[in-house]
Amino acid sequence: MNSLMIAAILLVLLGLAYQVGWSRSRALATSGGGRFHSRFHYHGALVAIWAVAPAALILGLWALFGQTVSASYVQSLLPVELVSAGGNPLATAISRVRALASGYGVAGEVADYEAAAADALARFQLIVTLIVVGSAAACGILALLFARRRITPRLRARNQVERAITLLLVACSAIAILTTVGIVASLVSEAIRFFTFVNPLDFFFGTVWNPVFSSTGGGSGRYGLLPLLWGTTMIAIIAMLVALPIGLMTAIYLNQYAPRGVRAVVKPIVEILAGIPTIVYGFFALTTVGPFLSGFGAMIGLDIRGTSALTAGLVMGIMIIPFISSLSDDILSQVPTSLRDGSYGLGATQSETIRRVLLPAALPGIVGAFLLAVSRAIGETMIVVLAAGNSPVLRANPLEPTSTVTVSIVNQLTGDTDFTGPQSLVAFALGLTLFVITLCLNVVALYIVRRFREQYD
Amino acid sequence: MNQVLTSRSALEMSATHSKDALASHQTVRTPDPDAHPSRLRADGVSVFYGDKQALFDVSIDIPEKSVSALIGPSGCGKSTFLRCINRMNDTIEGCKVTGDITLDGQNLYDGNLDVVELRARIGMVFQKPNPFPKSIFENVAYGPKIHGLARNKTDLEEIVVTSLQKAGLFEEVKDRLHSPGTGLSGGQQQRLCIARAMAVGPEVILMDEPCSALDPIATAIIEELIDELRSNYTIVIVTHSMQQAARVSQKTAFFHLGKLIEEGPTEAIFTNPREKRTQDYITGRIG
Ligand SMILES: Nc1ncnc2c1ncn2[C@@H]1O[C@H](COP(=O)(O)OP(=O)(O)OP(=O)(O)O)[C@@H](O)[C@H]1O
Ligand SMILES: [Mg+2]
Repeated sequence: MNSLMIAAILLVLLGLAYQVGWSRSRALATSGGGRFHSRFHYHGALVAIWAVAPAALILGLWALFGQTVSASYVQSLLPVELVSAGGNPLATAISRVRALASGYGVAGEVADYEAAAADALARFQLIVTLIVVGSAAACGILALLFARRRITPRLRARNQVERAITLLLVACSAIAILTTVGIVASLVSEAIRFFTFVNPLDFFFGTVWNPVFSSTGGGSGRYGLLPLLWGTTMIAIIAMLVALPIGLMTAIYLNQYAPRGVRAVVKPIVEILAGIPTIVYGFFALTTVGPFLSGFGAMIGLDIRGTSALTAGLVMGIMIIPFISSLSDDILSQVPTSLRDGSYGLGATQSETIRRVLLPAALPGIVGAFLLAVSRAIGETMIVVLAAGNSPVLRANPLEPTSTVTVSIVNQLTGDTDFTGPQSLVAFALGLTLFVITLCLNVVALYIVRRFREQYD
Repeated sequence: MNQVLTSRSALEMSATHSKDALASHQTVRTPDPDAHPSRLRADGVSVFYGDKQALFDVSIDIPEKSVSALIGPSGCGKSTFLRCINRMNDTIEGCKVTGDITLDGQNLYDGNLDVVELRARIGMVFQKPNPFPKSIFENVAYGPKIHGLARNKTDLEEIVVTSLQKAGLFEEVKDRLHSPGTGLSGGQQQRLCIARAMAVGPEVILMDEPCSALDPIATAIIEELIDELRSNYTIVIVTHSMQQAARVSQKTAFFHLGKLIEEGPTEAIFTNPREKRTQDYITGRIG
């Protein structure tokens, strides 16, 4: 019984129930049951909802808790010493039994108790599946019959379908929210584990980043956040220095100066920049911009390294231009034309109008866009991985290689990851820090943007 | 003088008629012997939005130091004509104006004319009050600042205060000149916009339905203000209210479907319209 078949059964149930509700209400109406409150397809939809909802609920609970149930069943079959010992060996044993039960082979010798447990588990799973699917189907049919009997001319099927739709929408948003909460919770709990290894003060205020991998032996390394945070900040500043003026002026040109034809061509082209995958920007930085910059530096007597904060920042700035320009364009369009006309009507020129009326009126929104762009720059990974040089040392010169929070997360999580030592757990602390920073930026930005919107409603 | 002018434009119009069948209409003109001389004249003005023609060959003289009202059903081109006078139509993409509008004999559509300076001479008040999101003071000071009308701070303050006084708003806002202009009531905002327009010292003030967003009391205050301003300014007002046109204006022009149907002294238009369409509109049968 695989999930495809279950989905097929649900679909059949759905179609059947709809058909039943539809034809039942129609039959009632033609046999002179009086004027129907709702049209037939609403009755069909209502019966369908009644039939599918309990079945889906049962299947959903099974999907959520089936694993836990089968795990505890397997535990009851395993030797007592193994269960009471707990930890990794137990988890390994359970997954070995599962693999055996589903017919996949396992590495190494299969112990007797494992084979026995696997047999029992296979039988257990078959029975449980049959029970679950059977009860789901039975509930569905029962609910279908019940809903069919409810059909009367007075039944407000239309309103009830409306309520069911609202519920569905609420459930979907709940999933999104719960996922967020789950992610944050796992970040926090892993970060707390990290802080049992490293003092939070050493982490947040440390100036040396040198995580020694356990495999290479020797101590547990030093985890100072500041060099990474500084690298992130420096690159973000360079990126914003590039993106803000160019993006804003592009927006002003497109919004105020460009004739319709030019706008229709330029705007999509600028937005193509936003569609380029960041990894592509990354090797653009690595293979084109970096060498160009170092060649240019050599020409004017500056020692610019190929991979440096400057390279990464420049390319990231280019990546962010469309972000700033399309947000600012929207915001400029929201400034009412009546303000523009008022200024022209007083004899102001176009640039006077833009400087003295349009930009001040749009400023809060543009600040919001700016902050959103900064949080984008801070969270950006691929470009810095390739182009920043991965040198987590605290230094101010943007022409030298540097490293960022995101790059370090990538480094700590590739390769040796057992999630028991600080070497990989530090990634969660870094992720949490990054998350908190971008969250704050986004909240402030959204607040500003919203205030600005209200002003012109 | 008015009569001479009228017959002149009528003559020219009949000349264009033979070429353009579309514009085959004749504006009915009732001369006004008491009218002030006209410095502002429109002559054969047509306006196109893209391919669509919105105004057909409009000719009219606007007497100075008096109020002229433009009336007509919605979409007949009143605002379009008004915007031609200070070339606000330039800001609309795809809008093309043909014909002449002259102020003191100077053609406003001359390529050499400085539009920005023109708009300082011909001020405009819009349908919806549109104060800038700045303080009351800054709203009024905006025009003088960009045109460099004030030599120093005291000068500027004086201009602002005089303009607010002329707009009859000073007494109400003198204690809060530095609070935002958007915080005023609708009627106050509209007077602020009038003050803002007057601060640049215009000769002509164009008003596009200045009272349509206001309640009757605020409307009465503005109408009174218009009547006071008349002695110093040439005012052109678009209105949907017959009563308003009758109350504030000395000359009325009736537009219909982009054509100027009839123009003449307000009294004559309202008591004795010579065109059937004018009469129908005034008595509420079209519109
Ligand atoms: N920006 C524009 N683009 C295209 N057509 C326009 C534009 N502005 C006005 N028009 C058209 O020109 C005609 C005249 O419009 P106008 O705004 O001058 O009418 P109006 O007499 O002021 O009407 P109302 O009393 O409703 O304000 C209308 O048919 C309108 O659709
Ligand atoms: Mg209008």
